[in-house]
Amino acid sequence: MTSLVAGRAGPAAAAAVCLAAAVALHVAIDRWPPPAIDTPGLLYVRSPEVARRAALSYDGVAADVYWIRALQHFGTERLAPPSHVKDYSLLYPLLDLTTTLDPYFSIAYRFGAIFLGEPYPGGPGRPDLAIALLKKGLAAQPARWQYMQDLGFVYYWHLRDFRSAAQAFQRASEMPNAPNWMRPLAAVTLAEGGHRNASRALWVELAKSEEPWLRNSAVQRLTQLDAMDIMEAWKRARDQGLNPPIPDDPSGTPFVFDPATGGIIISPASKLFPLPGQLQAPR
Amino acid sequence: MSTIGSVAAAVFRESVRDRVFYNLVLFGLLLVGASILIGQLTAGQDVKIIKDLGLTATSLFGLFIAIFVGINLVSKEVERRSVYALFAKPVTRSQFIAGKYVGLLLTLLVNVAVMTVALYSVLFFLARGVPAPIQSAWDAPAMDPALLKAVLLIFVDLAVVTAVALFFSTYSSPMLSAIFTLGVYLVGQFNADLKRFDAIVDSPAAIAVAKACYYVMPDFSRFDVKLAVVHGIPVSGAFVAATAAYAAVYIAALLFGAMVIFARRDFK
Repeated sequence: MTSLVAGRAGPAAAAAVCLAAAVALHVAIDRWPPPAIDTPGLLYVRSPEVARRAALSYDGVAADVYWIRALQHFGTERLAPPSHVKDYSLLYPLLDLTTTLDPYFSIAYRFGAIFLGEPYPGGPGRPDLAIALLKKGLAAQPARWQYMQDLGFVYYWHLRDFRSAAQAFQRASEMPNAPNWMRPLAAVTLAEGGHRNASRALWVELAKSEEPWLRNSAVQRLTQLDAMDIMEAWKRARDQGLNPPIPDDPSGTPFVFDPATGGIIISPASKLFPLPGQLQAPR
Repeated sequence: MSTIGSVAAAVFRESVRDRVFYNLVLFGLLLVGASILIGQLTAGQDVKIIKDLGLTATSLFGLFIAIFVGINLVSKEVERRSVYALFAKPVTRSQFIAGKYVGLLLTLLVNVAVMTVALYSVLFFLARGVPAPIQSAWDAPAMDPALLKAVLLIFVDLAVVTAVALFFSTYSSPMLSAIFTLGVYLVGQFNADLKRFDAIVDSPAAIAVAKACYYVMPDFSRFDVKLAVVHGIPVSGAFVAATAAYAAVYIAALLFGAMVIFARRDFK
């Protein structure tokens, strides 16, 4: 060791040797992974007002950090293995912090509302919080028709409250720069009380999103709507005295006969499970 | 004027010698690294986040330079006793203070300018190849010239911080100067609360003191338009001009104050 450290190259060589030893030890200890502990998420600052003040004039970048945390929290819980009890309890506080730090962070309101409304276990199943988030966005930017459209969407898809949905679409259509398809959408929703066509129109619009995950989600929803069409047609045929065979859903999994209704329902094994209203989220 | 220029040039050369500009390398790495990582971590909003990060880093790096170089501007000369040799030449104490200030301001200007070019370069590469319909959905274009308004006000903010640091540097130790400058900066961030003090306090005397503090302390929150610019919210030229004028007057007051204090200092 003395001879190693001696001379000009000694310390550099010693540092390199120690680093190599540390890497080797790291590789070795990776063979014994630490016991898996399902640690709950932690949020040190829960008060949006405290976070806003603590951020000084760097609230924009602090909002970005909380937004990334919200995405990671949602993604981690959503993609967690089945053994993990999915807990989305930090999602709304993180989104609340994000949007207080940056009240104009439109994507946090819009995507956040989609995340919050997703039925459990794919999301927290909290359309009430999705509505609260979008209303907060509307308070910050009252002329954003997109927030009002998203509000109508939450009422329509998650709460099946077609009257409130139609009102929201109507109000969105009256906002500046709202697209011309918004008014017919409001009319269809109001007139038909939840016709699947109106729902399709919404998802088709979302399927044009720039975000691949949102496009994929929209395609999944459109496929679910196709499955609902098949279920309805099958029930109609059965009610007419026919005895149709149990078909496969559009994802290729056979439907399941439901003795309670005399119809067919989507199998829990299907990629399309759950259909809207098929599962209640824990509160 | 040439004397002030000579002192300023010496400060600038010293900051180059002290490797102050090494922070630019860190800034560049931070931006390039972030632009690669952000896309993986977020759902869209890469451009918004890079703008936030770039403006924040410009402000924070500049703040550290303004405070930690600013507090040493005068005290280092006094500690080294080089101030004696300097005042043996035809340099007045006021010229010395003004030259020191201009020199550090020049350092900050170069720093902010290079960071701005780096930020625009990263934004250019980030936006390149993004289809026009997607770009039209952004709150503001990637190469938005309005970013320069935020950059200008960041520089103005740093100019005020430098003046505060220099003011304290004329009569206290570097450690105390740093604490005082940071304190003024923090109080300046929450200055608007002092204006609304009457909402939580009934005492007219306390309200009057709070109001006086509000007007006397520098209002650093005024210089922050980062969020507005990133979201494409218009920031009027009149607002920028008025805020810059406010800063200029405040800086003048601090520099004159520093000159008065420094003129009375006894170096014997």
